Amino acid sequence: MSDATDPTRLAYSGGVGSPLELAARARSFGWLRYAEHYVLTMRAFRWPLALQSFGTPLLYLVAMGVGLGALVDRGAGTVQGVSYLTFVAPALMVSTVMMGAATETTYPVMSGFKWQRLYYGASATPVSPGQIAVGHLLGACVRFVIQAVVFWALIMAFGASHSPWSVLTIPIAVLGALAFGAPLQAYAGTLRDEGTAFNFVNRFIVMPMTLFAGTFFPLTSMPVYLRWIGWVSPMWHATQLARRASFGMPEPWWLTVVHVLFLVVLAVAGVTLARRVYTRRLGE
Amino acid sequence: MSRYVPPVIRAEGLLKTYRDVVAVDGIDFEVPAGESFGLLGPNGAGKSTTMRMIGGTLTRSGGVLEVMGLDPETHGPEVRAHLGVVPQEGNLDEELRVRDNIIIYGRYFGLPRSYLRPKAQELLEFAQLTDKADSKVMELSGGMKRRLTIARALVNQPRILLLDEPTTGLDPQARHILWDRLFRLKEQGVTLIVTTHFMDEAEQLCDRLIVVDHGRIMAEGSPASLIREYSTREVLEMRFGADRNAVVVDAIRDIGERHELLPDRVLLYADNGEAALDEVTRRGLRPHTSLVRRSSLEDVFLRLTGRSLIE
Amino acid sequence: MVVDAHEVASRRTHPRQFGGLYAGNMRAVLERGFIVLAKQNWAIVASGFFEPVFYLLAMGLGLGGLVGTVTGPGGRPISYAAYIAPALLATSAMNGAVYDSTMNVFFKLRYAKLYQAMLQTSLGALDVAAGEIAMALVRGLLYACAFMVVMVVMGLVSSWWAVLMVPAALLVAFGFAGIGMAATSYMKTFQHLDMVSFLLLPMFLFSSTLYPIAVFPVGVRWLIMAMPLWHGVEMMRQLSVGALSWATAGHLLYFVAMSVVGVTVAARRLRALFLR
Repeated sequence: MSDATDPTRLAYSGGVGSPLELAARARSFGWLRYAEHYVLTMRAFRWPLALQSFGTPLLYLVAMGVGLGALVDRGAGTVQGVSYLTFVAPALMVSTVMMGAATETTYPVMSGFKWQRLYYGASATPVSPGQIAVGHLLGACVRFVIQAVVFWALIMAFGASHSPWSVLTIPIAVLGALAFGAPLQAYAGTLRDEGTAFNFVNRFIVMPMTLFAGTFFPLTSMPVYLRWIGWVSPMWHATQLARRASFGMPEPWWLTVVHVLFLVVLAVAGVTLARRVYTRRLGE
Repeated sequence: MSRYVPPVIRAEGLLKTYRDVVAVDGIDFEVPAGESFGLLGPNGAGKSTTMRMIGGTLTRSGGVLEVMGLDPETHGPEVRAHLGVVPQEGNLDEELRVRDNIIIYGRYFGLPRSYLRPKAQELLEFAQLTDKADSKVMELSGGMKRRLTIARALVNQPRILLLDEPTTGLDPQARHILWDRLFRLKEQGVTLIVTTHFMDEAEQLCDRLIVVDHGRIMAEGSPASLIREYSTREVLEMRFGADRNAVVVDAIRDIGERHELLPDRVLLYADNGEAALDEVTRRGLRPHTSLVRRSSLEDVFLRLTGRSLIE
Repeated sequence: MVVDAHEVASRRTHPRQFGGLYAGNMRAVLERGFIVLAKQNWAIVASGFFEPVFYLLAMGLGLGGLVGTVTGPGGRPISYAAYIAPALLATSAMNGAVYDSTMNVFFKLRYAKLYQAMLQTSLGALDVAAGEIAMALVRGLLYACAFMVVMVVMGLVSSWWAVLMVPAALLVAFGFAGIGMAATSYMKTFQHLDMVSFLLLPMFLFSSTLYPIAVFPVGVRWLIMAMPLWHGVEMMRQLSVGALSWATAGHLLYFVAMSVVGVTVAARRLRALFLR
C-alpha cells in the first residue's frame, strides 16, 4: 500500500481539465459515454452473446427454412413466388433482432433504475438523464447490428437470398428494433416493480407479433379481421421492408414508404418519450 | 485574514416539498472551502434530499442554492463536474471489474483513457483495493464496495465530496478504515459534506454540523460546542427495570440539570456523573446497572427533539 | 388439546427412509406453494395458457393454409393443426416444468434462501424437492386441461385415447422438472440460466414439433430421437389419434426413467448443498 504518494496528488494531480471543460464535453457527448458503458458491460457476456448471435439464426434457418420449408414447398409450392426458405429468412432475421430489442430495453432498464441503479451513478456526473436514455438505446444498438450482420451472412450462406440489395436488411432490422425498443424502453422506465409487466409484454405483444404479423406466412393467409395485428405491428412493417430488399417482394411503392415512415415515427416518438421519462424519474 | 472567501456551497431558504409533504423546510447554511460539514439527523429528516439538490439531480421547490457560485439546476453538468458523489444506495456496476468501474465512471466526465488508466491505479491504492483490481464487484465485501464508490467519486478530482451515510451497514472495523481514508482527503483540502445518523461518525468526521429534523435545522456548530451548549459534561445512565424507571424518575427529579426517561433506562445529565450516582444511592434507590459517560451528540439530539436518533 | 411441538416434530421425522432425506411432510411445502399460487397474479397464470394457443392458432391455421395436410401417426393424413397441437402440448409441458424447476428454483435457492429456511426445520431435502416438483405439476395440470379443451373445440382430436394426453403431459412435466431441478443445483450465476433456454429452443425447433424429422439425414435424426422432447411429442401425437403401438410404450418408459433419475439426483444434490 503506497500512501507515500504525494497527498496533494490524489485530490488535484492535474490532467483533468477545468470543470467547465468537462461539462461542455458532457453536454455534447454524454450519450456516447453511457453507450460506452453499456457496450463494456456486454463485453462481459461476449461468449454467450456470440453463441446466441450465431446459434439462433442457424437454428431458425435450418428448422423453419429447411425443415418446415420442405413441408410448405410440398404443399403450397411457393410463397409470394419464392421458396419458403427465401420467403421466411428475412422475416426471421427481423424478428430475431427485434426480440433482442425486447430483452435489451426491459430488464436492463429495470436494473438501471432499481436493481443496480446504474443510472443514478451516471446522473451524479455531468451526463444528463436524457443522454442516459439515448446512450442505453445506442449501446443496445451495437448488439442489434452484430446480430443483424451475422444473420445476414448466414442467409447468404444458405443461399436464401441472391440480391445484393439484401444487405439493406441489416439497417432495416436495426430500424425495426429501434422502432419497437425505444417505446418499450420508455414504458419500462415508468415501471416501479418488476412484477409481471415484462412477462405480459413478452406473451401478449412480442409473441403474438411474431406469430401473427406476417413472419411465417403472409398476412393475407389470415382472415381480414385479424390482419390489423400486422398493420399496427412494427414487426410486420420491418419484415415487409426486409422481404422487399431480400427477394424483391412485389409491393406498391407508397406502401414501402408507409413502412419506413411508420418505423421512423415510432422510433423518434419512443426516444423522445424515453428521454422525458428518464429525466422525470431520475429527478424525483 | 479578512480576505473574503466565497463559500463553496450556499443555501438560503432551501425548500423541497412533495405534494403534501415538506421534506426540506427552508434551511440556510454555508460551507467554506476545505471544511468537513455534516448533516446529522434521523432517517427521513431531509438529509439525502438536500444532498441530491446540491448535485442538481433533484429540483428544489424554493430558495437559493449555489455550488461553486453556480445554480445546480441550471448548470447541472458544470456543478457535477466539481462534485464527487457517494450515494447511500450502491450503484456500482456489479457485472464489471473493480478497475473498470472507476474507468467507466471517469468516462462519464469525458476524461481520456490515457489519464484514467494511471488514475484508476492511484485510486485503487488509496481505497486499498489494489489486490481486487480485477475482481468482479459482486465478490467485494460491503466495506470494499463503499471504498470503491469513494474511489470512483474521486476520479474527476472533485473539490467537493458528497457522502450520504458513508458507513451505514458497515462493521466497526470497516468503518474505521473508511474514516481514515476520509481524513486523508480532508487533509488534502477536499471539502466533505457528510450526512449521517450516527453521532460518533459526526463527531469523528465533521468540523461543523447542522442537526436536522423534519426538514428544519435544530442547531448548528462544531460537535464540541453543540455538546457544551445543549448538554452537560457527563451523563449517568441507570436501569431500574422496565416497570420501575418511570416511578424512580420522580424521586430523582432534582438531581443534576436534566433527566430523560427512555423506555429502557433513565438518563441523568450532570457535570459530575459519579456524584449524581452517589446521591441517587444515598436516597436508597438501587439501579440494576449504572454507567457514567461523556455527553455525545446523541444527547444533543435527544435534548433538541425529545427523540432518539436511531429508533 | 395441547399439541406438543416436539412430539409432532419427532413423529414427522420418524420414518427416516431414504437416508434421512424424507421426513414425510411434503404437504407443508405444498401448502406454502398453494398460498403463493393463490396470491399470485392470476392474469399471469392465465397468460401461460395463451402461449401454446397462440402458436396453435398462428401456425395451425395461418401456416396450415400453406402446408395442407400432413401424414399423421398410423399413416393417415391429418390437418396441419391436428399435427402440431399434441406437439405444442408436450412443448408447453416441458417449458412450464423447466421454467418452474430452473428460474424459479434458482431464485429461491440463491437469492431468497427459501430452501435453507425450509431445511432448518424438520423437513428433509426430498420433502422440499418433491413438494416443489408437485407444485410445478399442479400448474402443468391446469394448462394441460385448458389446452385439451381448446383442441376439442377446434376439432383436433379424433380418439378417446386423447384423454390420456393430460396425464401424459404431467409425466412429461415430471421428467423435465426433476432434471431441471438437479441441473439448477449446479448453477451459480444467471448466465447459467441462459444456457437452459439455449437447450430448449433447439429441442422445440427440431423434435418433430412443426414438421417431420424425415427431412434430416439419419445421423441428425438419431440425435433428435435421443432428446426427451421428441419422445414427448411422439407419445402425444399417437395418443391424439389413438394410433398406439410398442413405440408408445417406449416413449412412456423413457419418461418414467427420466423422472426417477431426475428426482433422485435432485434430492441428493439438495442434501449435498444444505446438509454438509
